[in-house]
Amino acid sequence: MLMCHVKGCATDNFPLRIEDAELEQVEVEFNEDFMRRMINKIEWGAFVQTAFALGVDQLPATVPENIDTEFLQRIHRVAMETKLKEGKMICNGCKHVYPVTDGIPNMLLQETEV
Amino acid sequence: MSSLSRPEHIAPPEIFYNDIEASKYTDNSRITAIQYEMTQRALELMCLPDEPQLLLDIGCGSGLSGECLDEAGHHWVGLDISPSMLAVANDREVEGDLFLQDIGQGMGYRPGSFDGAMSISVIQWLCNADKSSHVPKKRLLRFFGTLYNALARGSRAVFQFYPEGPEQVEMIMGAAMRSGFTGGLVVDYPNSTKAKKYFLCLFAGYAGDQKNSPQVPKGLDSEGEPAKVDYAARR
Repeated sequence: MLMCHVKGCATDNFPLRIEDAELEQVEVEFNEDFMRRMINKIEWGAFVQTAFALGVDQLPATVPENIDTEFLQRIHRVAMETKLKEGKMICNGCKHVYPVTDGIPNMLLQETEV
Repeated sequence: MSSLSRPEHIAPPEIFYNDIEASKYTDNSRITAIQYEMTQRALELMCLPDEPQLLLDIGCGSGLSGECLDEAGHHWVGLDISPSMLAVANDREVEGDLFLQDIGQGMGYRPGSFDGAMSISVIQWLCNADKSSHVPKKRLLRFFGTLYNALARGSRAVFQFYPEGPEQVEMIMGAAMRSGFTGGLVVDYPNSTKAKKYFLCLFAGYAGDQKNSPQVPKGLDSEGEPAKVDYAARR
C-alpha cells in the first residue's frame, strides 16, 4: 500500500519493486471481517505481482467472485503474516532506493527530494 | 514552563531520542502511564466502530501507544523519525509495522489506506526548523496533505500535543484546514494546569450527507460539566 513519496515523482511510482528480499513469517490472528474489508483496499494487480516476485504465492489475476474463508486466509498469510525483514524497495519511476533493515523501511528523503 | 523542559527546544527528535533517551523514555513508569491514558483518550475521540481497524500511529516511538491499539484489537502502522526509538519498539516485539520516516516530508500511502490516525505528543515538533531547509509551514502542509490522502473518507485523526501558545495552535490548525480536514481542538480539564490536555480532532471528510457532519467532541472536566472547548470561541 506504499508508493514513492519523492516530490514530483508521479508516474510509475507504485508498487515499489522489492530486491534482495529476506522474508520472515510471523503469526497474526486471523479476522475474517477485517480481511474482507482489506481486500477492497488492496490494489490487486500490484499485490499479485509483488507476491509472485517474492515467491510467496501465485494468486489469481483477478479477485474471485465468491470470496470464501479459505481464500481470505490465503490473503491473510501473504498480506499480514509475511514481513520483509531485509532488502530494498525501489521506485520504478525515480529510482529512489528505500533500504529495509531489521524489518524497518527507511523512508527518509534527501532535502532535494522533498 | 522553562524552555529546557520542552525536549523540542533541546535538539531535533532523531538526535534527542538517542539510544539512552529512548530506553529511559520507555522504562519510565510515569511516562508510560501518561502515554497509556492519552492513547486511550485519543482512541475514544476517534469513535471507531467495534471491529478491527487499520490505524496509523504517527510518531509511534517505542510502541507504547501501539500497545493500546493492540489491546483494542486493531492493526497499526507506526512512523517515527528516531531509529533508537524504533529499535526499542522492535526489541519489545510490538505488533505494528514500523517505518523510519520524517513526517514533515510527507508520506506515500495509497489513498484511503487507513481507517484512522493518532499521534501522541508529536506534532509540536513539526513547528521547529531543525535544518536550514526546514520551513515549518511547508512541512505541516505536506504532512497534513499526504495524511488526508492516506485516510479513508469519514475517518478521524486525533493528535494529542503540547502547544506552546495560540500562534502555534493556529499554525497547526491552519495547515490542517488547508489540507481539507475539518474538526477542532478538544481541551480536557482546561482549569487544571497539570491535567490539562490538548487534542486536535480532525475529520477526513465524512460518509453521509452534510446534515450529519460530525461534531467536535467535548473536553473532559473534573466537575462533570463538559468544558467549553471550541477554539474559535475562546479567542
